[in-house]
Amino acid sequence: MKPTRFIDLVPHIVLIVGVLIFAYPIYVTLIGSTWDSGTIGRGGLPLWPGGQGAANYAQAWAGEAGDRAMYTPVRTMMLNSLVMALSIALGKIAISILSAYAVAFFRFPLRMAFFWLIFITLMLPVEVRIIPTYKVVADLGLINTYAGLAIPLIASATATLLFRQFFLTIPDELLEAAKIDGAGPVRFFVDVVLPLSRTNIAALFVILFIYGWNQYLWPLLVTSSGDMETIVTGITKMIGTGESANDWHIIMATTVLAMLPPVAVVVFMQRWFVKGLVDSEK
Amino acid sequence: MRGVALLDKRRRGFLFNPPHASPLRHAQPTKDHPLQRRVTFDNRLLPYLLLAPQVAVTLVFFIWPAAQAIWQSVHLQDAFGIRSEFVWFENFTHVLSDPNYLDTLKVTIVFSVAVTVLAMGVALLLAVLADSKIKGARAYKTLLIWPYALAPAVAAVLWMFIFNPDIGSFGRALRALGYDWDYRLNGGQALVMVIMAASWKQVSYNFIFFLAGLQAIPRSVMEAASIDGAGPVRRFWTITFPLLSPTTFFLLVVDMVYAFFETFGTIHALTQGGPGKATETLIFRVYQDGVVNNDLGGSSAQSVILMVIVIALTAVQFRFVERKVHYA
Repeated sequence: MKPTRFIDLVPHIVLIVGVLIFAYPIYVTLIGSTWDSGTIGRGGLPLWPGGQGAANYAQAWAGEAGDRAMYTPVRTMMLNSLVMALSIALGKIAISILSAYAVAFFRFPLRMAFFWLIFITLMLPVEVRIIPTYKVVADLGLINTYAGLAIPLIASATATLLFRQFFLTIPDELLEAAKIDGAGPVRFFVDVVLPLSRTNIAALFVILFIYGWNQYLWPLLVTSSGDMETIVTGITKMIGTGESANDWHIIMATTVLAMLPPVAVVVFMQRWFVKGLVDSEK
Repeated sequence: MRGVALLDKRRRGFLFNPPHASPLRHAQPTKDHPLQRRVTFDNRLLPYLLLAPQVAVTLVFFIWPAAQAIWQSVHLQDAFGIRSEFVWFENFTHVLSDPNYLDTLKVTIVFSVAVTVLAMGVALLLAVLADSKIKGARAYKTLLIWPYALAPAVAAVLWMFIFNPDIGSFGRALRALGYDWDYRLNGGQALVMVIMAASWKQVSYNFIFFLAGLQAIPRSVMEAASIDGAGPVRRFWTITFPLLSPTTFFLLVVDMVYAFFETFGTIHALTQGGPGKATETLIFRVYQDGVVNNDLGGSSAQSVILMVIVIALTAVQFRFVERKVHYA
């Protein structure tokens, strides 16, 4: 074996420091969620777990009143976030795969006009049109509803472009063969296009689920009742102005629960996640 | 979730690596029919039905609100919101001559440039190291990409747990060392906090793309340079860095857009734009003026200014992509 030189260790040291910088805040939060609010509030949080973990998570989950205030139960907020994230991910995939199929497999008047109409949404992120979009949603009576949370976010040029680009790689021979066999457009979509798109759908789903779960500004605007609170906006409402006398144990347990689903998706679906990310940015 | 810059990278990878045994690989869209297949279905009604859901959502929640924003930006409403008067560009001149708005613009520029440089610099360093042939490269990659899953607001909360002057270990340590650390009172410190929290979250995204870019660089070029006696640092600056330029440019645009818009959650959770207006960015101000202060004309004019910025960034990105395709 070659003797290890110090220079060979430098990359490892830098990478380990990098990993630690990303892991440390999470570790502190995990530890904090197992202590009582007094210990955290005094700033004396140790580096090892305390014995309050089960009690803190149960309290956060059920929404029992903390020492200071009442909170929306985490189970309600998790459910709201889950419904929002799933509706956004599945809704986006459904409407964009259909529109991409139309643009790629049919020739019809105004095809390019529709294509550009969809394309232009790339340039209008929800943040730049918040006030008027809020007004539309309010006029439709969708404030404090799941539809109001999800539908304005499901139109996306990116997903449509991704599917269209993939559809253009499906060989003409396949389409000709299907036509000769008498398969119509609906049959061809269900039996050929959908099965071929499986990987793309999975990859896109991972990215869109995270995108939906992590929404912040939009849920902040369209939900005003505690029952409709999503977990990401719920945490900052719990923190308030960040005084030291807060129910920190509940806040930290809630933060851990808020991170769990998207992090699990990234870690367990890593292959699809990287593919989805790199592809959808093309 | 925007952009098209990685198109040519896939092609490069495709050229240098033998294609996988998939029949679909051979049917890449070509110059002969870049936007349309040769064989299509003939159906009058069906394509419109298929397009209907997306077009409906786009019209109701994108085009109509954007048009509203533009309409409101050139009108002035009375206090009761009943009558409105066409005022040309008065809202814009009002917004752009407001010294507060110019301060906000300055904060946004400092914030965006700092976040972009930090996120890209750290990510590039880590990606180059994780791409080299070292033990445990896979584990490092997994451990570095997961922060992508965190919401910007959650990243801000995590940073608060550490740097809060009352409860955070680092925040308390800074105070114990005699440094007057309190980002809730000191504007400069608040800006540093939001910059750190925002770039911390964005590193993993940049890391993934730099890594993909690095893996597309053919090993043979690096080996040839190595045989010619170029050291690792020289190889990086003369080969790796220039070949990475499409990725770098793409990330530059994405990070700017991220810093401009998606960091609303970071700022809202950490500082609420304060203290004073020290961490108020353009997007935060749109929210503040439109939602909190209910100034529709001013907020809409600001929204239109933001739209122009996004369109400019997107256009720059597309022009660059076209140029790259010519080189390829």
